[in-house]
Amino acid sequence: MPLLEIESLEVDYRASRGTVHAVEDASFSLDKGETLGLAGESGSGKSTLGLSIIRLVPYPGVITNGHVRIDGTDIVKLPENRMQSIRGRKVAYVFQDPMTSLNPVKRIGAHFVELIRTHEPDTSAADALGRAKNILENLGILPERINDYPHQLSGGMRQRIMIGLAIALNPDLVIADEPTTALDVIVQQKILDLVEGLRKAYGMALILISHDLSIILERCDKIIVLYAGQIFEYANSKELHKAPSHPYTQGLLHSIPNIELSDQKLSAIPGSPPNMLDPPKGCRFWPRCSYAMEICRITEPELIDLKKSHYVRCFLYNQEGRHSH
Amino acid sequence: MSEIVKIENLRKYFPVQKSFLEQFFARKTSYVKAVDDVSFSVRKGEIFTLAGESGCGKTTSGRLIVRLLKPTSGKIFFNGVDITGLEGEELRLLRRKMQIIFQDPYASLNPRMRIGDAIGHPLAIHGLAEGEEKNKEVLEVLGEVGLAPPEQLINLYPHQLSGGQRQRAAMARSIILKPEFIVADEPVSMIDVSLRTAIIDLMLDLKKDLGLTYLFITHDLAVAKYISDRIGIMYLGKIIEMGSKEQLFSKPLHPYTQALLSAIPIPDPDKKRKAVDLTGEVSSAINIPAGCRFHPRCPKQMEVCTEKEPELKEIEKHHFVACHLY
Repeated sequence: MPLLEIESLEVDYRASRGTVHAVEDASFSLDKGETLGLAGESGSGKSTLGLSIIRLVPYPGVITNGHVRIDGTDIVKLPENRMQSIRGRKVAYVFQDPMTSLNPVKRIGAHFVELIRTHEPDTSAADALGRAKNILENLGILPERINDYPHQLSGGMRQRIMIGLAIALNPDLVIADEPTTALDVIVQQKILDLVEGLRKAYGMALILISHDLSIILERCDKIIVLYAGQIFEYANSKELHKAPSHPYTQGLLHSIPNIELSDQKLSAIPGSPPNMLDPPKGCRFWPRCSYAMEICRITEPELIDLKKSHYVRCFLYNQEGRHSH
Repeated sequence: MSEIVKIENLRKYFPVQKSFLEQFFARKTSYVKAVDDVSFSVRKGEIFTLAGESGCGKTTSGRLIVRLLKPTSGKIFFNGVDITGLEGEELRLLRRKMQIIFQDPYASLNPRMRIGDAIGHPLAIHGLAEGEEKNKEVLEVLGEVGLAPPEQLINLYPHQLSGGQRQRAAMARSIILKPEFIVADEPVSMIDVSLRTAIIDLMLDLKKDLGLTYLFITHDLAVAKYISDRIGIMYLGKIIEMGSKEQLFSKPLHPYTQALLSAIPIPDPDKKRKAVDLTGEVSSAINIPAGCRFHPRCPKQMEVCTEKEPELKEIEKHHFVACHLY
């Protein structure tokens, strides 16, 4: 049984101006200890997809269809009190902005104590603090800093604390949503190394959400490329890098600079992402696609199995591929 | 090639706000040394990049050069003329020749001004064109930056455009006066990946078509490598290494540059890079370490580094580094 199994998931935001289908027909699974990258641009639905795994999609978002199974338990209709025992314990979430996710009037230690004692009421505050100090050491932060307030720490340290809080209860899955976007490249590298080390040490699975395909290609076993709420391509990283199949994935790979290459020629994807209140009919990408055919404007393509564990949502492959459903 | 912009020993110190009590006891004012003795020149027709982490002084340098900020000391030359002290009418005339594009296209366009008015505004300010003529120039420049259809776009408000379109509009506004020199401060860092390359290409096209020179400011060295001719790496208010992009990327000399380059992710799952491990974090720009400002984090620290500040020296032709190792 996979650790996480998502099946035909749909998430809508119902706003007064209309409904945005933020996630549509999403299906994938993740095994224990695996790393998955969710790549996409702003508005592609990557955070919504991540948040729906812990059922924290913000208002007015609702999961309208599909299943999210964690260790076999479907959480979509789980009562809130049972959901709380999954969050943090089984699945932990690291948010992008560590400044707004830490309580500014609470010391670092208090964050850990609250988290640990909420889930394990029998643990004494002193024991919880002791555990927190251990975690801080693993994060490369002096245990004394446990008495600091968030504003006394640097951005990199705050993000480490967020990661520490996420692993405090030794979850099976950590979802890191743009964990390094606000950070400089050297700090980013250290944080990602830290996550990788901890993940291996504790045998956790990781979902890394990022707009930066470079770090996902470098750090993840499997990659999902999202566009306008849909999974466009899903494959293991090496396969995706070697044989990107969706024109959008190809375009993305051609637009990221690689410092290892000399005289690299980047090429741009024309146009801009669709307005999600009024997405194009047919394939969401056709107005920007240089391979667009008649059918792409009329019919929505399905995610098809191109070859073993390489899925793509594109009519270019409809003949060779077979339907996954 | 002639130098279009030259700066000499430029410094910008921002005073740190003191609390009432500190003022009462007349404590010494402390300063954030955002730019601390920086000298370089930009040659006509090139793209010179200032790169570095947040707080290194790259943005402040750019703003000093276009005279949005007044330097604490040092000199700025534009086409050989000292512009450090220009004021009033002279400064206004200078702005026709040098423009700046900001990072955030959401904040740099007035939300209550139609795109056409915003782009044509510089023409009105400088009294260069009005009415029909102004309109014609606006439409023309919209075409140049690839905003189509221009006739419709001039009537839209900024919120009706996407991020990429907004950045194009900001670029249209900056080139309408036909400047010679543009400071582009992180123009693509807030733009989605799929639109980024198009903006970079546009910058390169405009450079070719209009004979522009750019000072490009970025934290993203991969973009810097793609776009620049020469690069200066800044750390805590100083340039610590400067050279052509080939020199800098094939043979980085300063331990900080080496660390910075080694931390850039490579978009290739088969490549495993070895990152240089730096200890600690960037020191505060208020209490800059004595000697070399990088020494507390440097893996190759020597005795002399704690005592003497290294000067920026030319180690090989056009390749400068400020480090006691050389």
